[in-house]
Amino acid sequence: MLEQLETIYKEAQGTLVAILDSEALHQWEIQYLGKKGEVTLLLRSTGQLPAEERAGFGKRANEIKNLLTEAHANQEQLIHDQELARDLEEGQIDVTLPGRAQSVGGLHPSTQTLRQLYDIWAEMGFQVYRSRDVEDDETNFTLLNIPPHHPARDMWDTFHTTTPGMILRTHTSPGQIHAMRDLGENGTQPIRVILPGMCYRYEQVTARSEMQFHQLEGLAIGRNIHMSDLKGTVTAFARRMFGAEAAVRFRASYFPFTEPSMEIDVECFLCGGEGCRVCKYAGWLEIAGAGMVNPIVLRNGGYDPAEWSGFAFGMGPERMTMLKHGITDIRYFWGNDLRFLEQF
Amino acid sequence: MQVPVSWLREFVEIDIPVELLAERLTLAGLEVASISYIGVPQGFVEGVRWPISNHLVWDREKILLGAIREVKPHPDADRLVIAVVDYGGAAPEQTVTGAPNLFEYKGKGPLDPPLWSPFAMEGAEVWDGHSEEPKRMVLKEKKLRGVPNRCMVCSEKELGISEEHEGIMLMENPRGIAPGTPLQDVLGDVILEIELTPNMARNYSILGVAREVAALLGKPVKPPSFDYLAEGGPIIGQAAIEIREPELNPRFTLALLRDTEVRPSPQWMQWRLTLCGQRPINNIVDVTNYITFEIGQPLHAFDYDKLKARVSGKMPKIITRLPDPGEKLDTLDEVTRELQEHNILVCDEAGVLSMGGIIGGAETEISDTTTNVLLEAANWNFINIRRTMQSQKVNTDAGVRFSRGVHPSQALLGVQRGIELMRQTGGGQIAQGIIDEYPLPAPTVTIDLNMSEVERISGMVFTTQQVADILTNLQFTVVVAGDVLHVTAPDFRMDINSDSQVGQADLIEEITRIYGYDLIPDTIIADAMPSQWTNVALEREERARDILVALGLRENISYRLTTPEREAQLNPHHTGAVSHEGYIELANPLAADKSALRHTLLISLLENARGNIRYTPRQQVFEVGNVYRGRENGALPDEPRRLGLLITGPRRVDTWTHDEPGDNVDFYDLKGIVEGLLGGLKISGVTYSRSSHPSLHPGRSALLNVGGKEIGSFGELHPLVATGFELTAAPVFVAEFDLDALLDFVDELYTAQPLPVTPPVYQDIALVVNNETSAAEVVAVIMKAGGNMLKMARLFDLYTGDPIPAGQKSLAYNLVYQADDRTLTDKEVAKVHRKIMQAVERELDAKVRA
Ligand SMILES: [Zn+2]
Repeated sequence: MLEQLETIYKEAQGTLVAILDSEALHQWEIQYLGKKGEVTLLLRSTGQLPAEERAGFGKRANEIKNLLTEAHANQEQLIHDQELARDLEEGQIDVTLPGRAQSVGGLHPSTQTLRQLYDIWAEMGFQVYRSRDVEDDETNFTLLNIPPHHPARDMWDTFHTTTPGMILRTHTSPGQIHAMRDLGENGTQPIRVILPGMCYRYEQVTARSEMQFHQLEGLAIGRNIHMSDLKGTVTAFARRMFGAEAAVRFRASYFPFTEPSMEIDVECFLCGGEGCRVCKYAGWLEIAGAGMVNPIVLRNGGYDPAEWSGFAFGMGPERMTMLKHGITDIRYFWGNDLRFLEQF
Repeated sequence: MQVPVSWLREFVEIDIPVELLAERLTLAGLEVASISYIGVPQGFVEGVRWPISNHLVWDREKILLGAIREVKPHPDADRLVIAVVDYGGAAPEQTVTGAPNLFEYKGKGPLDPPLWSPFAMEGAEVWDGHSEEPKRMVLKEKKLRGVPNRCMVCSEKELGISEEHEGIMLMENPRGIAPGTPLQDVLGDVILEIELTPNMARNYSILGVAREVAALLGKPVKPPSFDYLAEGGPIIGQAAIEIREPELNPRFTLALLRDTEVRPSPQWMQWRLTLCGQRPINNIVDVTNYITFEIGQPLHAFDYDKLKARVSGKMPKIITRLPDPGEKLDTLDEVTRELQEHNILVCDEAGVLSMGGIIGGAETEISDTTTNVLLEAANWNFINIRRTMQSQKVNTDAGVRFSRGVHPSQALLGVQRGIELMRQTGGGQIAQGIIDEYPLPAPTVTIDLNMSEVERISGMVFTTQQVADILTNLQFTVVVAGDVLHVTAPDFRMDINSDSQVGQADLIEEITRIYGYDLIPDTIIADAMPSQWTNVALEREERARDILVALGLRENISYRLTTPEREAQLNPHHTGAVSHEGYIELANPLAADKSALRHTLLISLLENARGNIRYTPRQQVFEVGNVYRGRENGALPDEPRRLGLLITGPRRVDTWTHDEPGDNVDFYDLKGIVEGLLGGLKISGVTYSRSSHPSLHPGRSALLNVGGKEIGSFGELHPLVATGFELTAAPVFVAEFDLDALLDFVDELYTAQPLPVTPPVYQDIALVVNNETSAAEVVAVIMKAGGNMLKMARLFDLYTGDPIPAGQKSLAYNLVYQADDRTLTDKEVAKVHRKIMQAVERELDAKVRA
């Protein structure tokens, strides 16, 4: 039996070194060292030997079992190392194939711009105040110093409803009246708000003009608010919105609800003011209308214009979005084509 | 408005480059939209940007004023002539031309006076007159039918003045300019296209712009002469005026020119009108237009004899009044107009002549045979003019000007200058005197301007002198009394409010814009910060948006205008006429499909989905926005905010690996989104029940209830509605919730749970119940029976079919047992588990499966 044992040992050693894959190694282990393996069976049959041979055989059998177990472990390590090396070397995939597409949600580009505006203005102490879309003529026009039939009304092409005097707001400016009356406590409290909202104009829809669009109005009322504050505040805003280097220009203009009134241009951030198609080669982009709140409007909001003053401004989130992202057709905004929305 | 700078220079000295002037006008509120050049080079000024112009610059050496001394026949060509041109050189040049307007001079020998024409020499660059597309060419010597030719007499097209190429440009030369003068110095010009805001009505003329230029440059204004030579008999007794509505017609003036001749205007006048975009007609009409451009006062010329004939030779009497009922007028635009009660009219004793300030009647207009002209310059209430133009749907240049506001002082100036220019251009005698009815003189506005107010509004300290200088340059009369300036507005301005506070604001605008807004400092608001607050509704709305985006949805924003008919498609049972009740409808819709404000977001989402389905079968979107519900008695509508959801198509985004099932979304995908939203918003107390929303599948839709309040429905779109919207490829699932109501239930102070320190024990339970028993009932019974020790019951399997009897279903739950303070023993768990089994058997008639 000892002879048999040694023969098995040699054979096991011999086959082991030739094994180079995990599966064959596993078979080898079963064949020699498993519960019914050849070495195990021989070891288990020790009892059948004559008593004097048992000790020597048992010792040698255990020795062989340990040696084979160790050799197996070594071979296993070797195979593992080789397999790992092979995988690292050969197991390449095409990393240029696209990833598995995930379901990605997203905010409408107008919402993204509005949020950016909310954030910037919030840091300057302006809070969001919203008011209604459907307005009366008086709040949308008359209280803003635009009397019935006044030529200034030509500045806003209006959607009228079938109820006389009820219109779709043409701008967010009626929110100034609501905010002053709502927050001003009869003209005794300062105000700093922004008024975002959807506005409507009776205008043919083209790539450049929409019948429905967002506006964001700003209003600051206080005992000592100056035109210089308006300039400083809007300049600070423009640098946050369009870059720290943004140059801002103030041009005289006209809005019935402000006096003095102005248009605000920012140096074209696409061409750095050199002139390009977007800025129509002028180097400037119009970003807002603004001015000091007209004393008549202050009065209509409950304030005494001799004691109180304020500024107001209005800007167009869609226009800003178009400028930033080179969008050439404003109709994309409410078209909700997912191929457009997925770009934002 | 087109402003030729050459005309502007007549009224004010301009000593800065035109490009800088345009920039300064723009900054001062007269926006120069474009600059066009005629022959002269574009200037470039440091720091001022204008688009590069690609016009033709007339070479000062080679494009000159030429004098054609003789037109000779061409020896070999009947359709060509040879012009002998004196261009100031030692000897005249000969040039071959086919210009038809020279043929009448062919063979007439030396011309004295000569014909004046632009003359281009060899090497000069001009536009190719024969090219359809703009194309430049350089003159080179070549033979034309055997005659050498190296120069050219030019057409307007060749010089880039107009598209005219019928003949060469023949010019008058009243100032006796020498031949050989660079053409730039004769015709070169720059045209500013100025866009005026409504408050700038006073600047709607060359003189008006000149006043602004004068103020900006600190130069005096040189107005035109308003003198006239009256050699005729007195006008008294020749015409009369009666104003019946002074509020609508504050002033009316008339002048009379006898024995004049209607003929073409002199070339300088035609040239200027052309530069302003006005086609010349005859001297009388041209003068009315010229005065309108020059000083901003529209004029109207009557054929005096036609007026007389209307009243059988009696003295014509102009009456301005409102119409009698049923009165009509045939206007010059060949429209018979039913006159409205507010339309102010110019009439005589025989009837209506014209719509005051807007458009004339056909009967008394000037014709080629007119010899006696009665000239009207009147003033009209601007608001009434605008109202009439709108209600009569008529738009004329005069109407636009009057509707913006012309000061009554301008009427007298206009009639004086107009009648004199008519005399100069057509001859005749002006009757002595002007008939001037002015029943409602415009008030003179004087404002006391406080220097402290200037500082308060502008935020900058001006000196009294600075303020007084700016206002004086704008032709205000200023009297300084310490820190107060008594400021009187000039008589061409109507935009200075007489209210002290508003008037001061008006003056401060004038001061700051002329000074330059850019020179006012930039400051940070030093005033007290108002108390700060949070817009809770907006904040929560934005949170809802963020959660939905995290759940993979894209935001839509749609038109809020629709029609009741479009929305009626949402009700599959709808028949007959569509009710418009509760809709806010437009009186002037732009498009037939956008005539009313929406009642629901579903219409927006479904129409968007229909538009997208061709390219994007997988859609998962939401919209947050208002709907509009009309109220009683014309009150402004309710504008509740809604949240809409729509999903359809494959559950997963299709991908090249194809290893995911391509199943379409179902009800439970939408419900998962709803639950994700509610969970994210920390809204509890939620229950679901069957919905009876007409747009939804009755068996696969649910009503969401929070805190006992109905929030809205969601579920599968009714198949008939889906068919109506062409959304049949895959089922569509939609939701519409009352967002304001929903967000009221957000729990801002929800409690976070501590992490357990004891191990949980997991047990499963499977039970068979009748199909009618809802999952919500089962969970409620399990949770109640499980008491404190049962932390969670999570459904992991729903099964029907063999061996489950028909009409029944098997529900399997993972149950999690856990105590906060100790490790549960097997015995404790077994006891509770048994209790649950008993409860479901007893209360739900369920069979617990082994
Ligand atoms: Zn640019």
